[in-house]
Amino acid sequence: MTNDVGIIERLKNHFAEGLETVTSIDQPTVIVPRGQLLAFAEHLKSVEGYVMFNDVLVVDWFPARPRFEVVYQVYQPETRQRFRFKSFVDESESMPTMTGVWAGANWPEREAFDLFGVVFDGHPDLTRIYLPDDWEGHPLRKDYPTGGNRID
Amino acid sequence: MGLNSAQKEVERGILLTTVDKMSHWAQKSSVWPATFGLACCAIEMMSVTSSRYDLARFGSEAFRASPRQADLMIVAGRVSQKMAPVLRTIWEQMPEPKWVISMGACASSGGVFDNYAIIQGVDHVVPVDVYVPGCPPSPEALMFGILKLREKIQMGLPPKYQEVAMARGGAS
Amino acid sequence: MATEEVRPAADTEVLSDETMVINIGPQHPATHGVLRVRLTLDGERVVKAEPIIGYLHTGFEKTAETLTYQQCNTITDRLDYLSPMTNNLAYVLAVEKMLELEVPNRAQYIRVLFSELTRLASHLVWLGTHVMDLGAMSLFFYCMREREVILDLIEAAAGVRMNPSYFRVGGLAYDLPLGFHEKVRDFLKDWPRWMKTYMNLVDGNPLINQRLKGISVMDRETCYQYGVTGPNIRATGLPLDLRKDEPYCLYDQFEFNVPTRTEGDAYARFWVRVEEMYEAAKIAEQALDKITPQGEFATSDRKVALPPRDEIYGNMEALIHQFKLVTAGFPVPTGEVYQAVEGPRGEMGFYIVSDGGPKPYRWRARTPSYYNLQTMPIIAKGGLVADVITAIGSIDIMLGDVDK
Repeated sequence: MTNDVGIIERLKNHFAEGLETVTSIDQPTVIVPRGQLLAFAEHLKSVEGYVMFNDVLVVDWFPARPRFEVVYQVYQPETRQRFRFKSFVDESESMPTMTGVWAGANWPEREAFDLFGVVFDGHPDLTRIYLPDDWEGHPLRKDYPTGGNRID
Repeated sequence: MGLNSAQKEVERGILLTTVDKMSHWAQKSSVWPATFGLACCAIEMMSVTSSRYDLARFGSEAFRASPRQADLMIVAGRVSQKMAPVLRTIWEQMPEPKWVISMGACASSGGVFDNYAIIQGVDHVVPVDVYVPGCPPSPEALMFGILKLREKIQMGLPPKYQEVAMARGGAS
Repeated sequence: MATEEVRPAADTEVLSDETMVINIGPQHPATHGVLRVRLTLDGERVVKAEPIIGYLHTGFEKTAETLTYQQCNTITDRLDYLSPMTNNLAYVLAVEKMLELEVPNRAQYIRVLFSELTRLASHLVWLGTHVMDLGAMSLFFYCMREREVILDLIEAAAGVRMNPSYFRVGGLAYDLPLGFHEKVRDFLKDWPRWMKTYMNLVDGNPLINQRLKGISVMDRETCYQYGVTGPNIRATGLPLDLRKDEPYCLYDQFEFNVPTRTEGDAYARFWVRVEEMYEAAKIAEQALDKITPQGEFATSDRKVALPPRDEIYGNMEALIHQFKLVTAGFPVPTGEVYQAVEGPRGEMGFYIVSDGGPKPYRWRARTPSYYNLQTMPIIAKGGLVADVITAIGSIDIMLGDVDK
């Protein structure tokens, strides 16, 4: 894999402000403000050709604020390049859903809701995916005990 | 005469114990497991029925997809909180007498997954007769477990759920 | 074939008002584990297929945060339990990338050898169970017989049949046992003959052809949208293979083809996997030639790999290293990394965030079956009920992988 070094420059030129570059040892990475996220993703898909969805995941930075880092990974199948972008969100706020851009974001976003409690606005079916519907709490949060709240 | 002596034998209880023994022998020789493959252990459970290990030698190769046709449940793998009610329902659907083998570390004790998602031992959900250790147990280990269960059946010991019921002082 | 016309066309049907909802699973023999599918049917025709997952949710990601980097290795085996070695590989490569650790070439070749052997073992289980779903029983027994031979090889090297945790950060757990080369050579010599046996049963078999051709079609766009990888996307004509595109473990030194098909249906996926089995044996053979009988099997960096046993008894420093590694583990520099390998089911990747300590701060497994299974509502829609089973088998899901 040869990383496209020019992509960050091009994106920075297109999105005049707000993008923040992160030095990462493996992939080009940027932090995108939450408001610009959808426009950014659309641009990445239609102009840069990152049509292939890879993953959505959440990192909990408790007790820092904003608490959750949502990481998106996408893939460019023509040139075989990877790209990563992130955004931050707090407990009381919500994220825009990516299901309109990459349909595959459906389950990973449900998973993020289930295990972290991150809310995605406009998601077609934001329900628990792994745990039973009557479960309390979001287990992958750092303040949730590993053993869970056991009765026996 | 003949009838009289038979009557005497019945009174002495010999005929009854023989029937019991024979039914135990028949039971132990065709223990039909329900397919309850959950995780890694299920693959070893598949191995035990296939070419090299061939559980058919012990009359237990007929894995039944319907719990109503099975009398042994091999819980093969980790039982999650979401799966536990399903497991209990399937166990209740099995006709009596029924036995349970807890296969592998996860089913027996939660194994390496000491976390919110996994039931820490399937004996919280259903009464277990035989525990087979290993992660996953080798097919030989599972066969040993099944042979132990056969011994138990032959000896006429009650299945675990009956033991539990008796200990509680009620009828099963 | 004349009988092929019997199957009604999928998209020309006008649906009636009455639909029926039936539930398959979670305890069902044909779902390869504890998958539950809620089907909405109009007669025999599937209107909607919704996979419901989570019945094997194990909490891997939470558990990993409580384990040190070496200990995490053991739980990666249990994600996709049919191909534990490739899970191990993705994980150790991710950690090695963060540590910027050099691993001896011999260890890399052994990793390649075992990755390909596990790929064979995994595809054998797929072949046996998939064909069994279609109604042919006997192939399953042949496949399981040969799988035992591969498991014997794994047992000889790692000590256990399944879940071996043989790859460690910095190299391997142990060196290869004596006489291992001969054992693998024997296996590879027999392999073409065995493949021929399987192919005699399936190649050109009209029953299998009819149950697979044109069934559960997945187009390229769907693959892109849902992040479908592995044989499933290669069956749509795109030779996407991380072994070629992002060579890890010196895969660029090996000669092999990436089999593709263009139809994107269950039949194409079937043959892509079968051809992959030939390629995997080819790679294993080349890897075996490159592995010298003696040599290094792990890095000599004592901050990461355990010192050899005899050194511990005579050397104070080695004892300290052993003690530190076992009790505290090694620290990993702050940062994040994503590393993926080509598993039998697709892109198996790990995203690891480190806060500089000996335990991962966030440990994310990007498991291929999870993303592949998401396409199930699309590929099963409009088909017949029996084809739902074909769809599940042909995307080759592994529930440990889906539910993590």
